[in-house]
Amino acid sequence: MHATVPQNRFKELLNEAQALAPADTREQIVSAIFRASQAICDETVTYETQAKQYEMEKLDRIFTSKLWGFPIMLAMLAVVIYITIAGANIPSNMLASFFTWLEGYLTLFFQTLHAPDWLHGLIVLGLYRGTTWVISVMLPPMAIFFPIFALLENYGYLPRVAFNMDRLFKKAGAHGKQSLTMAMGFGCNAAAIMSTRIIESPRERMLAILTNNFVPCNGRWPTLILLSSLFMAANYTGGWKTFVTASVVVGMVLFGIVVTLSVSWVLSKTALRGIPTHYTLELPPYRRPKIWDTIVRATLDKSVYVLKRAVVVAAPAGALTWVLGNIHIGDTTILAYLANWLDPFAKALGLDGYILMAFILGLPANEIVLPILFMGYLSTGSLTEVDGLHSLKQIFVDHGWTWLTALNMMLFSLLHYPCGTTLINIYKETKSRKWTFVAFALPTAVAIAVTFLTTYIARWFSLV
Amino acid sequence: MTTNEYTVALAGNPNTGKSTLFNVLTGLSQHTGNWPGKTVVYAEGFFTYNHNRYKMVDLPGTYSLYSNSADEEVARNFIIFGKPDVTIVVLDATALERNLNLALQVLEMTSSVIVCLNLMDEAKKKGIRIDAGKLAEKLGVPVVPISARNKEGIDALLKTIDAMVCGKIKTKPIVVRYSPEIEQCMEKLIPRVKEVIGDAYPARWVALRLLDGDMSLLHAFYKLFPSKKEATVYACDGSAKSI
Repeated sequence: MHATVPQNRFKELLNEAQALAPADTREQIVSAIFRASQAICDETVTYETQAKQYEMEKLDRIFTSKLWGFPIMLAMLAVVIYITIAGANIPSNMLASFFTWLEGYLTLFFQTLHAPDWLHGLIVLGLYRGTTWVISVMLPPMAIFFPIFALLENYGYLPRVAFNMDRLFKKAGAHGKQSLTMAMGFGCNAAAIMSTRIIESPRERMLAILTNNFVPCNGRWPTLILLSSLFMAANYTGGWKTFVTASVVVGMVLFGIVVTLSVSWVLSKTALRGIPTHYTLELPPYRRPKIWDTIVRATLDKSVYVLKRAVVVAAPAGALTWVLGNIHIGDTTILAYLANWLDPFAKALGLDGYILMAFILGLPANEIVLPILFMGYLSTGSLTEVDGLHSLKQIFVDHGWTWLTALNMMLFSLLHYPCGTTLINIYKETKSRKWTFVAFALPTAVAIAVTFLTTYIARWFSLV
Repeated sequence: MTTNEYTVALAGNPNTGKSTLFNVLTGLSQHTGNWPGKTVVYAEGFFTYNHNRYKMVDLPGTYSLYSNSADEEVARNFIIFGKPDVTIVVLDATALERNLNLALQVLEMTSSVIVCLNLMDEAKKKGIRIDAGKLAEKLGVPVVPISARNKEGIDALLKTIDAMVCGKIKTKPIVVRYSPEIEQCMEKLIPRVKEVIGDAYPARWVALRLLDGDMSLLHAFYKLFPSKKEATVYACDGSAKSI
């Protein structure tokens, strides 16, 4: 019976084996396996032509060339973001109008039932608004961005990105595969944390985990896109507006990558010292993806994902925000009280108390930061009717927003602590409270420092 | 008519189309991507064929099973401790030699293996001809050429899986011969391995891993055996659930 076997027998066995094993065991094993594979192939495989191989090499010479590699990557990123912004605008507005129209009927319905005000407030103004906001703002860009991303991925372009970025990450003391996990982060940081398992060395894996948050995820793209189109491209119209919006968003992404590399570099010189390990990255063949399948699958998957998030996270957060915004302590609501308390610190970062509070309440998911902020503002003002996305800017401007506020909110969103799900995954993967805390505190410190600096500089030069 | 449930594991190098095959067989839509390292945790799905129900497990794609990284460990542990009824090793027909390294490693761990030559369409375009019959003969296990993307060869694969779980296929996996030095060490170790961990695990493979100093395998055994001890204790109490 195994149960009677004391555990140290395993240890003993391993020691015995180690005493026997020659120093180059691994080498001997690997070379025996390689020889066996080669012998089998020699007898079973025959080659006819090599024409196809050349075609792929030609493509790779362009996509991964020193001269063209980076410009092509940048162009691809810009085009993807441009298409996303240009395509998402109209459906987003349509969805928002539709939900506003529906809200009128819901309100009417509650009135005919003679439902109490608080119930209408909680369900319609809280739960319903929070949920529909997330759907109308998130769904269209995601339904465009992810199919395009999936097409590039299935075609085999992503490993080329990793290949191009490899040198930069190596210089930063990190692992080249970090660029792959970073690319995953554009979709979802929580999933990207899991994908860092492909990095063998614990040190480099930790670098990838700690810096993954610096690329905008699913939940943050819409914040970046919306704010840059409302404030950065305000003076442009038509195609130019989309172009300027896209450029600002691309700039944000590039800044995120620069921060990723800088933080990796600093960490690899201090807390996580070491030399990057050597690795071979396989460049898979380019494969023409099943275009229609890929588009349908990526769209459906993302839609289901966004809708799920909307129901699971945004609905309760919307209800909670409404409650906080409507329970009074003395003259002010709890929400206003909290916002006022945060205000002085937030002002130093070029934000305001409501924005900072929205980030704090938005810890469970980045998707809900904007809706919370928007509802927080609504609970203070006289304005209660929001007609689509047009009146949004007015709400922001009424609360003293300038381009600097928008820029700082975008920067804070890009750099601040990861969402709750991501933090849970970091804890699961590192099994360390200390590192999970670092993963929370480090980006937050960066976000505070950067927004503080931009505010200080902008005020110094009297730009605002 | 009885319905049995069997477990089928999918192993293979990254980017050989495991997830595509998984989706074709299970009808699920697990996300597939053309880059190494996409599947880091394994996905599960089900399908039914010839009155049998199959649980399909899509393992992370790895180049080896020496547990260099967390995903290699996941794949290795499932093959050894999950004891799937069939392990399908998916090979990229356009890069057979490199892919075979993993197949040889799997064949050291279990004999219920079907080798699946995927991307046959692409290999054909590139002018690569593979003699599947001869390959099967060399490896000592069935070899099924398929193109998962175009859903070709899937039926033959299902038939082979069915025949294997019914015990109609006798496999005789190739045994990789190591250097005389390593072989001598293994000869000494194998009886000791059998003594300590019993016959439930492939002794030659365990001996090889121990020679390689595989600590993570040791930890996996640590974790496994105390739980057996608990099970026996409960059995003595008479309050045991059958496991």
